[in-house]
Amino acid sequence: MILLASAVAALVLGGLGAAVFGRTQRQAAAWGAGAAVLGSLLGLLALPGPLLRATTLTHASPWSVPFGSILLVLDPLSAVFLLATFVLAPVAAWYGASYLRTYERRRPGLPWLFYDLLIASIVVVLVARNGVLFLVAWEAMTLASFFLVTFEDERAEVRRAGWTYLVAAHLGTAFLMLFFAWLAALTGSFDFAAAPGAAALAGSQGWLFALALVGFGTKAGLVPLHVWLPEAHPAAPSHVSVVMSGVMIATGVYGILRAILLLGPLPGAWGLALIVIGAVTGIVGALYALAQGDLKRLLAYSSVENMGIVLLGIGAGVLGAAHGSAAIAALGFGAALLHVLNHALFKGLLFLGAGSVRHAAGTLALDRLGGLAHRMPGTAAMFLLGSAAIIALPPLNGFAGEFPAYLAGLRAAAELPPGGRWGGLLLVVALATTGGLAIVAFVKAAGMAFLGRPRSDGARAAREVEPGLVRPLYVLAAGCVLLGLAPWLGAWAVSAAAASLAGQPATPLLDAARTLGVVAPVLVAVIVAGVLARAWLMRRRRQAVADTWACGYDAPLPRAQYTASSLVAPLTALVPAALRAGVQHVRAPAGYFPAGGRVRAEAGDAFEQRVYRASFLRLRQAAERLRLVQHGRVQWYLLYIFAALLVLLLVEFGRAR
Amino acid sequence: MNAATLLPPLLGLAAAPLFSGLIAKLKARAVGRQGPPLLQGYRDLARLLRKGAVYSRDTTWVFRAGPLLSAVAGAFALFLIPAAGLTAPVAFAGDFLLLAYLLALGRVFTVLAALDTGSSFEGMGASRELLVSTLAEPALFLVLLVLVTQAGELSLSAALAPGAGAHALDAAAPLALAAAALVLLLLAENARVPVDDPTTHLELTMIHEVMVLDHGGPDLALIEYGGALKLWAFAALLVGVALSPAEWHPAVEAGAFLAGMAAVAALVALIESSMARLRLTRVPQFVVVASVLAGFSLLLSFV
Amino acid sequence: MGALLEIVLAGVVLVNLAMLGTNRLKSCIRFVGVQGVLIGLAPALAPGWSYGPRPVAMLAIAILIKGFLMPWLLLRAIREAHVRREIEPFLGYTASVLLGAVLSAAAFGFAARLPVAAPAGPPFLPVGVATLLSGTLLMVARKKAVTQVIGYLVMENGIFLFGQGLGAELPAPVEIGILLDLLVAVFVMGIAMFHINREFDSMGVHQLTELRD
Repeated sequence: MILLASAVAALVLGGLGAAVFGRTQRQAAAWGAGAAVLGSLLGLLALPGPLLRATTLTHASPWSVPFGSILLVLDPLSAVFLLATFVLAPVAAWYGASYLRTYERRRPGLPWLFYDLLIASIVVVLVARNGVLFLVAWEAMTLASFFLVTFEDERAEVRRAGWTYLVAAHLGTAFLMLFFAWLAALTGSFDFAAAPGAAALAGSQGWLFALALVGFGTKAGLVPLHVWLPEAHPAAPSHVSVVMSGVMIATGVYGILRAILLLGPLPGAWGLALIVIGAVTGIVGALYALAQGDLKRLLAYSSVENMGIVLLGIGAGVLGAAHGSAAIAALGFGAALLHVLNHALFKGLLFLGAGSVRHAAGTLALDRLGGLAHRMPGTAAMFLLGSAAIIALPPLNGFAGEFPAYLAGLRAAAELPPGGRWGGLLLVVALATTGGLAIVAFVKAAGMAFLGRPRSDGARAAREVEPGLVRPLYVLAAGCVLLGLAPWLGAWAVSAAAASLAGQPATPLLDAARTLGVVAPVLVAVIVAGVLARAWLMRRRRQAVADTWACGYDAPLPRAQYTASSLVAPLTALVPAALRAGVQHVRAPAGYFPAGGRVRAEAGDAFEQRVYRASFLRLRQAAERLRLVQHGRVQWYLLYIFAALLVLLLVEFGRAR
Repeated sequence: MNAATLLPPLLGLAAAPLFSGLIAKLKARAVGRQGPPLLQGYRDLARLLRKGAVYSRDTTWVFRAGPLLSAVAGAFALFLIPAAGLTAPVAFAGDFLLLAYLLALGRVFTVLAALDTGSSFEGMGASRELLVSTLAEPALFLVLLVLVTQAGELSLSAALAPGAGAHALDAAAPLALAAAALVLLLLAENARVPVDDPTTHLELTMIHEVMVLDHGGPDLALIEYGGALKLWAFAALLVGVALSPAEWHPAVEAGAFLAGMAAVAALVALIESSMARLRLTRVPQFVVVASVLAGFSLLLSFV
Repeated sequence: MGALLEIVLAGVVLVNLAMLGTNRLKSCIRFVGVQGVLIGLAPALAPGWSYGPRPVAMLAIAILIKGFLMPWLLLRAIREAHVRREIEPFLGYTASVLLGAVLSAAAFGFAARLPVAAPAGPPFLPVGVATLLSGTLLMVARKKAVTQVIGYLVMENGIFLFGQGLGAELPAPVEIGILLDLLVAVFVMGIAMFHINREFDSMGVHQLTELRD
């Protein structure tokens, strides 16, 4: 526990140091990123015990805040999420040190302060076991990330995104406050003791879990609570997007899992419900991802999709636990945790790549990119690797992570009674569908950005970015490859946590990983053999370079290439109208001698437009009607007061009688 | 894993071009032509392998990796499919997932290679291919799901083992529907009429062919070979599904397998020569029909 | 003493009615000054009053402020603004007086029902409530800002009387504090009146609706 405490301390002090002493970008980065790296190293040292030997570290001390106490517990579940945090934070900080250098700011230390505070508050969230402490750290996390999201606040869309994020986060936190308050009322204290069990909760277990699901689900980005994600993640600087997508939304998942542990074993119906929510989130997220024209928005929707996949695993776990099947429970929870780790790695990699693209080409609009693989070979290769990983192509870590989820669903479909069977079936079908849609999304992302010919001057002028922006990608890519070739490493890391959630040892998880651990290297070996054979063959053949042939139909202009939206047009045409929400800005040619016109199409979010914006509008209209009362006449206001007092007096009189 | 299980995959590696040649020959015979010789496929591969290659200056390593990965994926897939009553050399719980995702691997890199050329023609192929495969993937999963839940086994080899689905009559209906869905999927995934025409070069009618326009020489050889392997894999799967209730002597199983492959070739040839290619807007419906059949068979096997 | 107190309190009620009936602002202000003096004297006439340097000093200060200082401030304010009379009020003068009388009677009836204080003691409570209501009526029914301030002062007096009736014995600092608050409030309102006058060229509070969103 001392290691964790010193990690947090290092982060906070480093952040403050960056704010106070960081007068130039270099100084600020040295303080801020240095603190992040140091803190993460210290934190990583604390993890092997809980992860591998399932030990639990506790620290309890009183706190002057009413109802609060500083109760910190590091158990395997927290350790898994801390692992993701402490791996991603230093790498993102390393990237950020070079990334932020191009921004002219008067106080370069402030972004680093908030970055370190963000990491520190995430750490506290993951080990806090007192409701008040948890909420304080949660709020700190939200605020720190808000200030990071609005880093480029000179742009209107960034300000708007920050506002959306703040409102959404606090709506979710409101539900969490209700949850903790109700739980404390039932159990008598805000401390999370070991699971009080269903008996103490006296029938409110379902409502409590629903509250927790909404509150944590807002942070995790579950549909329909996801509308802030596609606004906030693209607005933040890339290294912050990495932390937000890789770790911060994972705290939402952590909260759901902790709620499961706190509220005791949930009935199978909840498992089914979670699978349904996960399926909807995954499919909707993937659908919207493939419709986006902005690279970072695509990645943000992909995060929504991946959280849906994680929820599918959790649902399978709950289902298995409810029906007493240890294998399904272990596989389900293990898959969810594995996917959290894997997602941190490959989503981090992808967001960093996107940041490099923005730096090099000046834009993230896929319709303005292209041909970057020639100009930024290192970044391109890493981005393609990350895309392959997130699509779950073997032999990378995405496949190793989704494999146990599939197994859980298949077992459920084969072994469980009818209620569970449908859950398993839905899980497999949903996972397959989101996988297929994700393939389209990332083929589009990688293909449009890096392959083909440049579609704009910015893309044409792009050059490979500085080493400080490429090397972090190598680290994350290495992680993806490692967990793909040696999936038992990942399974090892999460088995203790999965066991604590399933109530049984996670042997099926380890078995599955071991099998893959044999097959994946064989596949790699075959591929490598193929590459070598081809190289040998081609050495003895004549090779030439020419223009693209394309059956003689090639057009000389890069503009004739398929654009991002036209590539997926056949698919988006099939999307039901209810989910469609496009926004078009048209400036039509006008006059007798028109100079030109302009059309700009954006893919909106149907939930944001039809659900949230519509209801906020209706709320505002109702409030406008109430404005009749506000006419500005002082005398009437006095009469209001007087009348209210009179009514109160009469009521009191009536009661006294 | 005994040595005998390696025979079917090795046979597949060797005989896949022959299988494609058989289909071409039967197709021609069905409309009264002589058709190319059965071994023409091998001659084509040899000829292509002898050639040099011309690469577009817009392409990158992705373009060169595409054909290789599609061939490797197809080859590896053969080792996951049980045939002739034997288990596959690589069999474990969930192996069919690896099969499906290997096919995806090949497909993804083919599409990426097409986008790499920077040509609108190949981009068109990429777009269409993405449409078809996105709709076909859940269908494939549903079919595999039927096989697995029907037998109560998590490995494809165990699910298709002789007598595994042998609950006689009530297994027949789901299996038959699954087999029908598999036929449709075979046509869709392997770019056969009515989804795509492998012999055309008209813009209106190409999906797979247009993606590989810029490949030449050894790359084209790898693509053709990979395509043949994929076709063999689907056909072997179909034969396995059709023959799974039977329990025979190994030699009979082997013969039945070969006969089944020939029958599949004949079926494909028949369909190809009697149907015209569907309008592109109808292709999604075609694939969705495959999903519906598979879904229906799943319902039947559950109830 | 008791009879004198009753006369004083009756005088307070009469002053209320007088203020409600007049449209001349100077008279109104003078009336509120008279009321302030009466209110200041009232505690001295009540049973339980003990002579001593501090209570007497408090008394003197209260009378000074309420009876002379605040009316002087208000007179200055209307002199700067050159206003003399109230303009067309929301409720006519006769009607105001009648309503005031009715409310005062109602106050007496209401005070009888309150579960506090001895019925045979000095009628602080009813007069307090009556004054409160009169002050409210003044504020609600008139348009000029000065009348609003006067109404506010009358309400304060009513509350003070009410407190006396409950036997509320406030410590000296609190009383001084309240008086000071009143003073500052009147001062600030004077400034506000100046600005209202400058902005709208009139002191009509009804014009403030122009400022609304």
